Amino acid sequence: MIVQKEIDNLKAIGVDIETNMVIGKILTIDELFEMGYEAVFIGSGAGLPRFMNIPGESLKGVYSANEYLTRINLMKAYKKGSKTPISRSKKVAVVGGGNVAMDAARSAMRMGADEVYIVYRRGMEELPARREEVEHAVEEGIVFKTLTNPVEITGNENGEVCGMKCVEMELGEPDASGRRRPIVKENSGFTIEADTVIMALGTSPNPLIRSTTPGLSADKRGCIVTEGDFGKTSREGVYAGGDAVTGAATVILAMGAGKAAAKAIDEYIRNKTTE
Amino acid sequence: MYRIVKKKILNPTVSLMEIEAPLIAKKAEPGQFIIFRAKEDSERVPLTIADFDREKGTVTIIYQIVGGSTMELDTLGEGDCLHDFVGPLGRPSETDGLKKVAVIGGGVGCAIAYPIAKKLSSLGCEVHSVVGFRNKDLVILEDEFRSVSNELRIMTDDGSYGTKGLVTNALEELIKEGNSYDEVIAIGPLIMMKFVCLLTKKYDIKTVVSMNPIMIDGTGMCGGCRLTVGGETKFACVDGPDFDGHLVDFDEAMHRGTMYRDFEAHAREESCNLLKKEN
Repeated sequence: MIVQKEIDNLKAIGVDIETNMVIGKILTIDELFEMGYEAVFIGSGAGLPRFMNIPGESLKGVYSANEYLTRINLMKAYKKGSKTPISRSKKVAVVGGGNVAMDAARSAMRMGADEVYIVYRRGMEELPARREEVEHAVEEGIVFKTLTNPVEITGNENGEVCGMKCVEMELGEPDASGRRRPIVKENSGFTIEADTVIMALGTSPNPLIRSTTPGLSADKRGCIVTEGDFGKTSREGVYAGGDAVTGAATVILAMGAGKAAAKAIDEYIRNKTTE
Repeated sequence: MYRIVKKKILNPTVSLMEIEAPLIAKKAEPGQFIIFRAKEDSERVPLTIADFDREKGTVTIIYQIVGGSTMELDTLGEGDCLHDFVGPLGRPSETDGLKKVAVIGGGVGCAIAYPIAKKLSSLGCEVHSVVGFRNKDLVILEDEFRSVSNELRIMTDDGSYGTKGLVTNALEELIKEGNSYDEVIAIGPLIMMKFVCLLTKKYDIKTVVSMNPIMIDGTGMCGGCRLTVGGETKFACVDGPDFDGHLVDFDEAMHRGTMYRDFEAHAREESCNLLKKEN
């Protein structure tokens, strides 16, 4: 709702929204400049979902959180009669502890699942999701299986998910990220029954723009490098913000980045025309 | 909006549409695909580009009517518009340095095999095409293939046209006749591509296949189109759709392709009923 209001505001002040334009494919950033645009802001968002590379991730009923949420929200699979299908799940295991994991878990619950688990390898204290998201998930009846790590997804004779083999974890010494490193407890294997597994392990930035824009610096994770607080990239007149810069984060941060860059772009163009 | 400038029925279940999409036509290369939505509430459907005309600004798609979404597409005619048409997505087929290639097309897969044969031919490559269909009535693009191939073999399952047999029979014959190919490009049903790859592995010929898994966004966001290639997870939309056929896990791909079979059957039935009511 809030996002829709922001979009409506943009339209009201005269912003044209061109859909079906995958920049990096149909046009490159350089072609946009050739067409007369004086500055470009890249907000291309989250990219390729990560998987665990454990056996069974190709079984029917394993989704990335991106796919699950795209089907439900963007393609409206929550509506009866929607043309985009989604599994009608009974028992759902969501792997990961971030905001997207909470979103996927709560969506699964609202889609009518009987039981939804968050499976996370560290403890409740270490969940990277915002506190409110976790509280809301608990309120909606999501069961947290923390200090738990999946090792294999198991399937039935039709190749559909029927469970997830996990191990219990305990927390050791802090690692490079400052969080206590999870270590596998010996002989702690057990199986969670589930007909759907949703992997919410984060994403790596979309390569389409980066790979087609010479001179645009990215770090080794593939995030576009910006300088200062206004989204200035290594290319003149090119600004960036949101998940394409920070890696998967929140829509709140992304909208903030867009607003900061908009100011900087305004200034850049004004200075350019007075030169 | 994306206007349909031409519609042509190729056989009882396969039709061609030329769509006005000048920016896509300018960039499209063989092997790439588009995603269309017929109407605002339609499913997103990926289709590999069958042809393009940079001057006219059109992109050609060829589709087989198999389910609810293709039935809905087929209700549109010349002058009507598609709600969405996005592309060109995926990586173009690699054609550099190829001197002699066997292009294998199966059924509606020929629609995708043809632009690659055409490009190879224009680059001066010797092209041997083998195309297979269930029967005579389903044969498409025969003249087109003939015009870009140094050798064309048409196979039908029942022998009602060309030679009776499978595309693998014709390919093995060509190999045994002493043809040595830099590469085999196979596009068609998964089961056909799997058996072409088993054959070419025996003769140690590099083989490229075009994968068409269930897909949603098509731009590397959802991971729905993942495949196992050489033991690694790959995304058909950004890493493909072309892959080294000897590394693709076809059995897994076939399995994943059936994920929504029941839903699809139901959607098809509903579309049929809806169309009956309208008529």
